[in-house]
Amino acid sequence: MARSDVQLMLDVKAGDDASFELLFRKYRTPLVSFLYRMVRDQAAAEDLAQEVFLRIYRARKKYAPSAKFTTWLFRIAMNLALNALRDGRFRQMEVSLDQPGEDERPAMDLPDHRPGVEQELVARDRAALIRRAIQALPEKQRAAVLLHKYYELDYDDIARILECSQSALKSLLFRAYETLRVQLAPLVTPPRT
Amino acid sequence: MNCERMEGRLIAYLDGRASRTERREVEAHLAACVACRTRAEEFRRLWGVLDEVPVEQPSPSFDARLRARLAAEPARASVWSWLMPSPRLAFAVSLLLILSVWISSLPPATPPAPPTPVNSEAEFRMINDLPVLEDYDVLANFEALSELPPSKPASGGRVM
Repeated sequence: MARSDVQLMLDVKAGDDASFELLFRKYRTPLVSFLYRMVRDQAAAEDLAQEVFLRIYRARKKYAPSAKFTTWLFRIAMNLALNALRDGRFRQMEVSLDQPGEDERPAMDLPDHRPGVEQELVARDRAALIRRAIQALPEKQRAAVLLHKYYELDYDDIARILECSQSALKSLLFRAYETLRVQLAPLVTPPRT
Repeated sequence: MNCERMEGRLIAYLDGRASRTERREVEAHLAACVACRTRAEEFRRLWGVLDEVPVEQPSPSFDARLRARLAAEPARASVWSWLMPSPRLAFAVSLLLILSVWISSLPPATPPAPPTPVNSEAEFRMINDLPVLEDYDVLANFEALSELPPSKPASGGRVM
């Protein structure tokens, strides 16, 4: 039977580094992805993710399972991301919804009619548009959407991570999704017949 | 329920985390309000659209770099623990030092006279001699005693 995150962390506390490896493997991708979407810089996201794991490892002896492991993990990640963005240590991305981002390749000069290529390009353009819309949200709204939509955390956990009440979180999410609905209207609104 | 109250209810309704009461309230409002119903449908579609973004993966060197940093942790921690005592310990030691200096700077207090040790034998002898001591003035001036021959020291020098 698989051990829970809390049990793994308690084993790490008892000196079992192999349990830390399991936690690290489980959460490295969600963490890097979350941080990338917060700071929009791959190198910065990886640096911050490493810092999150190091902080957890350093705090292992004092670990007390008072909250879910994911709440602790994302709370550290969130604080590091906000500090990094506010300190300007990492480049704060000015996002324009009209301009292509750095992760978008320029459109090919010559049309490629191979099957699948066009679909791939369309999918990439849509993903880039969605990323830019998320990135354009205020930091707290962005974090709320990421934690709610992509990591499916409970309201209580997200509220703890963002240090707000549950009712404030629900309003925050509503406003964030409303902004995204407007910004991504071409993708969301069904074509009129 | 009005449209304003939907702000705090709609998301929980759509993601299935609303209570039964909240769900009924939201459904009643959606049945009556076209604008909120349209919004709710578009929120559902939006969530599908948001899933189109692929998950960003860590670079291939990520694991190796983290393992190297973790491996360096205990050594670094032990060096720092010698050079930098914990703030609590430093505070406690400082406090102890200040207290020691303060106590040593105080003028020495006069120690109270130690109680005279009285052992049980001396106490018993004194109680025995009490009648004699009480009549000491009479005995000291008792002329008849001066006519007695001097007592022998073998009796222990006691006057009875």
